[in-house]
Amino acid sequence: MRPFTTLTGVAAPLRAANVDTDQIIPARFLKTVERTGLGRHLFAGLRYDAEGAERRDFVLNREPYRRAEVLIALENFGCGSSREHAAWALDDFGIRCVIAPSFADIFATNSAKNGLLLVALPRATCEALMADAEMGANARLTVDLERQVVVRPSGEAVAFDIDPGAKARLLEGLDEIGETLARAPAIDRFEAARAAREPWRPAIRL
Amino acid sequence: MPRTLYQKIWDDHVVDVLPGGEALLYIDRHLVHEVTSPQAFEGLRQAGRRVRRPEATLAVADHNVPTLDRGGGIAEPQSRLQVQTLERNVAEFAVPYVPLDDVRQGIVHVIGPELGASLPGMTVVCGDSHTSTHGALGALAFGVGTSEVEHVLSTQTLVQAPSRTLKVELTGRLGRGVYAKDLALAVLATLGAAGGTGHVIEYAGEAVSALDMAGRMSLCNMSIEAGARAGLIAPDETTFAWIEGRPMAPRGADFRAAVAVWRTLASDEGAAFDRTARLDAGEVAPMVTWGTSPDTGLPITACVPSPDDAPDAASALQRRRMLDYMGLSPGQPLADVPVDVVFIGSCTNARIEDFRAAAAVAKGRRVAEGVRALAVPGSGLVRRQAEAEGLADILAEAGFEWRLPGCSMCLGMNEDRLSPGQRCASTSNRNFEGRQGPGGRTHLLSPAMAAAAAVTGRLTDVRALI
Ligand code: SF4
Repeated sequence: MRPFTTLTGVAAPLRAANVDTDQIIPARFLKTVERTGLGRHLFAGLRYDAEGAERRDFVLNREPYRRAEVLIALENFGCGSSREHAAWALDDFGIRCVIAPSFADIFATNSAKNGLLLVALPRATCEALMADAEMGANARLTVDLERQVVVRPSGEAVAFDIDPGAKARLLEGLDEIGETLARAPAIDRFEAARAAREPWRPAIRL
Repeated sequence: MPRTLYQKIWDDHVVDVLPGGEALLYIDRHLVHEVTSPQAFEGLRQAGRRVRRPEATLAVADHNVPTLDRGGGIAEPQSRLQVQTLERNVAEFAVPYVPLDDVRQGIVHVIGPELGASLPGMTVVCGDSHTSTHGALGALAFGVGTSEVEHVLSTQTLVQAPSRTLKVELTGRLGRGVYAKDLALAVLATLGAAGGTGHVIEYAGEAVSALDMAGRMSLCNMSIEAGARAGLIAPDETTFAWIEGRPMAPRGADFRAAVAVWRTLASDEGAAFDRTARLDAGEVAPMVTWGTSPDTGLPITACVPSPDDAPDAASALQRRRMLDYMGLSPGQPLADVPVDVVFIGSCTNARIEDFRAAAAVAKGRRVAEGVRALAVPGSGLVRRQAEAEGLADILAEAGFEWRLPGCSMCLGMNEDRLSPGQRCASTSNRNFEGRQGPGGRTHLLSPAMAAAAAVTGRLTDVRALI
């Protein structure tokens, strides 16, 4: 996984709550067997009209937000389906960090696995950052994971909380499966003890 | 210390505690489908890893599959590739797979319980948010993303932080014409779309005990629409009777040994929940959603709400956007809204009980002029049983299309989808913008309510028809 350390870039304001994963990447684009290439379908229903032309009023279709690396939204971002394609599509578009008052659980896990940093900040702070973002091309935000701060264009640093385990994994870009496989003896022991205690547990047999 | 059902299952599956305080949690059952697994198998292949326990894994194709005719295979090239990729992966990694032409094929959350693959006290995961369905059996079941699918395939475990617990107590009894789906929509309207975030819900109370297993599955299925990690119901005699004899369930002395363990799972007297919510099921009317979030359910006797009554400016804006998308006006009676399409199906409501309820309403009636009605069973076994009971004939005679099993118009990944502006009465679980097809408008309701909408051509209080 690609590590996340610090990022300075354009932030795009998406003033909506409950942005669900069907909006982030509609189901018809989930037919891929790859992880990459989904960026062009990001927010497809909001970004393009029925003929496939860009909607001028959608934020990511406007300069400088076409180059956004940070997205700022409202409550419960990423709710709905478990599709990791939502994180892949954001990443493929170039978004490395989403800032919102709250996030849905599965989306948060998926983001962490893909080096996409989610920063939860109170609504009023998100509103203030959106106002910053609306100042245009020079309004770049810095997100510094090591220091756990978002630095506004004014230079003011806003602190955020993050789970220490998640932070460490993001900073180092760790391969979680490799780490777990190193604990295989514990898994073996668990399985053996379980089999001895509850031999009735059935296997899948078709 | 008294423990909740959730804590008991959790404690029973902790393999190791990690330095960050998270647990390495053992996963008993891993259900796999074609949409969220290709990249996971590819990851295994690239790293030279194997599937640790194929015999704990069950794969099936459901999201992309045609429900009209499979004789000629899958016409749409990308859907075909996804199903073929699954078939290649299960062969290479020796994972049990229910083929498309097998009578047991169906929606993963319908066939898991039906085949006895998901059982009480288990941890069950799937790369699909509606894995919460299996919680109806008293299993800790939750959806995961593709990276986690790969993690489970490779290690049979997941790294998890414990959730908070939310007890939803449902008192009283459901009235005539009111079903588990109405209860689920009422619970959602109470909790809100993020009301369960970070929590595992345990449903309890008289109304829950009285539900059959299909109803319990509908209720647990929609836990994720409140943002909850999982929904749980303590296994009881109804559960045990339903499981006994299922193909993969333990048999004879093994079954009795299993039941003895399953009986110990119920939350202990005095166990502490982080939160509690209460609802009187006797007060719940047949429900229908008006907006583009599943928590916008209202009694069918209500009117479309006005943005002016919203609690704050942001929710007023959100409401306005929803009304605009849905093509509704404030104050319009819900029972006055005409529909173009009716969809009875999905992992929420495509079990035999759902088709019995729909057929009871449709019997001797006709689907209204200009309405297209689809009935899509959740599995081949449901389909076969519905045909044996004469339900398929009743629905077909009424003018429903009687389809092959799959997710179908729940999310429109196959050819079954709404056209822009079309309005659908749907027994599925999500009414998000474009969920059933770009520009499509979805009203969530129960199978009986869906059948009522089909025969009258508008959202209708089913109590007037039964
Ligand atoms: S029926 Fe719908 S909600 Fe259920 S698994 Fe299929 S697509 Fe998902």
